[in-house]
Amino acid sequence: MKTILNDFEHFAPKTVEEALDLLSRYGEEECKIVAGGQSLLILMKQRLVTPKYLIDIKGISALDYITFDEQQGLKIGALTTHRAIEKSPVIEKYYPVLAEMEQNVSSVETRNWGTIGGNISHGDPSGDPAPVFIALNGRLRIAGLNGERTVEAEDFTLGYFETVLGHDELLTEIQVPALPPHTGVKYTKFSQLQGDYATASVAVSITLEAKKKTCSDVRIALGAVAPAPMRAKKAEEILRGEKISDDLLARAGQAASEEASPTTDAEVSEEYKRELVKVLVKRVAKEAFERAKKA
Amino acid sequence: MKKELKFKVNGEDYDLWVEPKTLLVQVLRDELGLKGTKWACDSGACCACTVMVDGRAVKSCSILALQVNGKEVMTVEGLANGPELHPLQQAFIDNWAFQCGFCTSGQLMAAKALLDENPDPTIDEIKIAMDGHLCRCTGYNMISEAIQDAAKRLQAQKQQEGGK
Repeated sequence: MKTILNDFEHFAPKTVEEALDLLSRYGEEECKIVAGGQSLLILMKQRLVTPKYLIDIKGISALDYITFDEQQGLKIGALTTHRAIEKSPVIEKYYPVLAEMEQNVSSVETRNWGTIGGNISHGDPSGDPAPVFIALNGRLRIAGLNGERTVEAEDFTLGYFETVLGHDELLTEIQVPALPPHTGVKYTKFSQLQGDYATASVAVSITLEAKKKTCSDVRIALGAVAPAPMRAKKAEEILRGEKISDDLLARAGQAASEEASPTTDAEVSEEYKRELVKVLVKRVAKEAFERAKKA
Repeated sequence: MKKELKFKVNGEDYDLWVEPKTLLVQVLRDELGLKGTKWACDSGACCACTVMVDGRAVKSCSILALQVNGKEVMTVEGLANGPELHPLQQAFIDNWAFQCGFCTSGQLMAAKALLDENPDPTIDEIKIAMDGHLCRCTGYNMISEAIQDAAKRLQAQKQQEGGK
């Protein structure tokens, strides 16, 4: 016998305005927004989430786009699928780290239906896209009936499955600035199975000054090792303004491992995750550094 | 309250009324009687329920039926041409790519979507495309080999048709 979902009232707005109007009416009650539903439907089957009202935005085609120009940077509509990002020539060319990240998000089947905005709004601390957008200095555009706002990607998730989105708000777009010259970005996750949730993940962006010796800027984002994806700012401080060396990278890894606040779960201990962060930050930063030298 | 669902399945038009909570796999199996699509883990973890929607492989247990309104679904029942098996199906048989067969319809539909997009995939590309699919008896190598074999058969078929 399979799980039958609880009943709910279903709305399928065709525009952002219609969706916001519905949110203003039902948002404060037991209401959820569903996009691809690749995360939400599982929680609904488990009865962890039992919405009375489901606002199904998958059909808002105006939020399905990827655009890029040198001034504006990259813009991804919230309803763009993971697969579209993975396969986008623009992303391949300017932000290959995003395509690499997407290749390891669940399975092709999930990536074909699941959306980038749904993933981020879900607020799962082990999600793959958030740390990468944080490392890329991304911003998230949020629509509400009282107007729009944008927040830094790093400020979006507050804790486990909790975000800054108000009951009457909708994530509409992810924005990533054009990368500064001599910038390299790398993301790696450690998971138990291919395509599984991260046990720990690390995204690093390193920018070198013109002579490509000194690190002029760095962003290190950690996934799955805190209630929300986080920046390892102490680790960044160790690298910023310095000449990158293996020794320095190892120190940054150590610092990040101390900054993280992982918890023991059914499979892996807290100590193990800290060790993973230590090693991953060192390796991923090294890779980002190598890429920055070639960029 | 039921809502209208108009969509195409294996080339045929359907106009149904379904409860919003209905999953695509439920409509296919229970409303349309297309039981080739398997409903297994029910948590998006095994891909046995894979079907194609507008040419892309998706998990029918993790999609609300209403979300395929206006779209075109293809299930394993849509593969064969009358009594003549699809080259993928024949390649699965010839390469011993299944034993119990429970995961096979999902495997076939993911493989179909792959070959439609990439007619000549490498073994690595096949592994990436199929990595969500769990099989508990055959093992994965024979499945990968079957897909590669099917790719060859489909290409030969195409050349033959082109030569006519």
